[in-house]
Amino acid sequence: MEKILTDLVLSPLWYFAIARGLLVIVVLMSIAAYTVLLERKASAWIQGRIGPNRTNHPLISWIPFVGTFLAKGGFIQPAADGLKFLFKEDALPGHVRKVYYVLAPIIALAPAIVTMVMLPFGQLPGGQIITLCPGADVGVLFMFAISSLGVYSIALAGWSANSKFPFLGAVRGAAQLISYELAMGLSVLTVFLATASPDENNALSLVSIVNAQTGAWNILFHPVAALVFLICIFAETNRHPFDMPESETDLVGGFHTEYGAFKFGIFFVAEYSHMIIGSSLFILMFLGGWHILPWMPTVGSGIIATLLGLGAFFFKLCFFLFFFVWVRWTIPRFRYDQVMRIGWRVLLPIAVLNLIAYFIWYAIRG
Amino acid sequence: MAIKIVVRRPLTFAERTYLPQIIAGLKVTWDNMMRPPVTLQYPDERPTIPKNYRGVPTLIADTNGREKCVSCQLCEFVCPPKAIRITPGEISETSDNAHVEKAPKEFEINMLRCIYCGLCQEVCPEEAIFLQSQYSLTGLTRESMVNNKAKLYELGGTLPDGHHKWDKKKEEAEKQAGGQH
Repeated sequence: MEKILTDLVLSPLWYFAIARGLLVIVVLMSIAAYTVLLERKASAWIQGRIGPNRTNHPLISWIPFVGTFLAKGGFIQPAADGLKFLFKEDALPGHVRKVYYVLAPIIALAPAIVTMVMLPFGQLPGGQIITLCPGADVGVLFMFAISSLGVYSIALAGWSANSKFPFLGAVRGAAQLISYELAMGLSVLTVFLATASPDENNALSLVSIVNAQTGAWNILFHPVAALVFLICIFAETNRHPFDMPESETDLVGGFHTEYGAFKFGIFFVAEYSHMIIGSSLFILMFLGGWHILPWMPTVGSGIIATLLGLGAFFFKLCFFLFFFVWVRWTIPRFRYDQVMRIGWRVLLPIAVLNLIAYFIWYAIRG
Repeated sequence: MAIKIVVRRPLTFAERTYLPQIIAGLKVTWDNMMRPPVTLQYPDERPTIPKNYRGVPTLIADTNGREKCVSCQLCEFVCPPKAIRITPGEISETSDNAHVEKAPKEFEINMLRCIYCGLCQEVCPEEAIFLQSQYSLTGLTRESMVNNKAKLYELGGTLPDGHHKWDKKKEEAEKQAGGQH
């Protein structure tokens, strides 16, 4: 079993690479789809409602108990939502700049999927890492660089739609993403500095950061960095309370006002994929990745330890996605000037001061 | 009157970070999540209708099965959207109800016009028209949304009030007639 799994995950053959890629895309897409369901369900619970509980298929409702349970939990809803997006008329408005209008959703989703390449999910019994791109030692730099490309999709969508609300949303979104990128990059520097040691030559690798957290998790040593990074993730994924590009109350739908059907669906999935990537980064850098608890020795051995690690990662990911949803239905949106003030006058100085404080502490400790 | 000066405190540092408020907000929504939902699954579960609910207007009969409406047309005149249309009719001499003044030959309430204001119920001197508890009224054609007399009595039923105004009047008239002799 271990041999087969090792071969499947680590074979250099190209078709295994494609199979792994497809597997990760399928898993990412289904997690994104079920995050939409979680969003609808959790918002319903917070507002004293029930949420989607009717969608069903004759073949599934025929199964006793399970069929009812799936319908009550809304588990078939994502399929219905996706099919609705797929089969709606894909209208192309006459007043848009067509090439860029079609290009924008593609640019939205592509960086989200590409950054998945660098994410490590767990550790195989032999010590190898379960990831699409093993051995990459600049994981974090690559992820920051690629995921920032998402701002192009917002800018392109807002500009090509050739109407004022999308344009305003795009301008706000671009300004917000660029502002928070700085604080985000500076805040995690302390983590890299802590992980790096003279004999460690790939300190930027996410794997070595996770391995360094076998004992204490980074969030215990770098709480300020973790807080700044968390806030920046919210801003980077355009989630409430930093919902500037969409701001459905004042900008109709923001940058995707003119989009419908499947192109809107792609924007939707891209937002949730960015949430998954952001949460994964936070888990890997501050919450110990696939370690179950701080200072906890590895439970079990071989494949069991691997599965437990994957489970721990997945559990943390689910919690984080729930946290995103929970925050969205709790806090109202910041005003645009507040967003800029928090980004430039609060988070950026805090990140810089945190870095300097860390330098001083490091110098005193020797 | 004593003047009380309220101190306008500037925001504290903790308040300016937003964080305590955000955590308090998260607790509020968490508590809400733990509460049972208030949703009524409508077609499966029906709401309990309060006692004085103003539903579909109906005509009612008394305990003897006599229609209470005497076709005075006050409701027709008071109806703000002009939803009621009454065709008055005489009661034949041979009928058991010959002592009653009049009765409607036809009584129509157009439910596409009705605004459920309850003025007809308020104005009725005979207590013959009531807005009862029916809240869901649908039809496939415009004609089917006009309730005629038969439909109105079917919806209305009987009001067990034992308040037989016209019978008492008749008895009194007979007594007086007997006394004069």
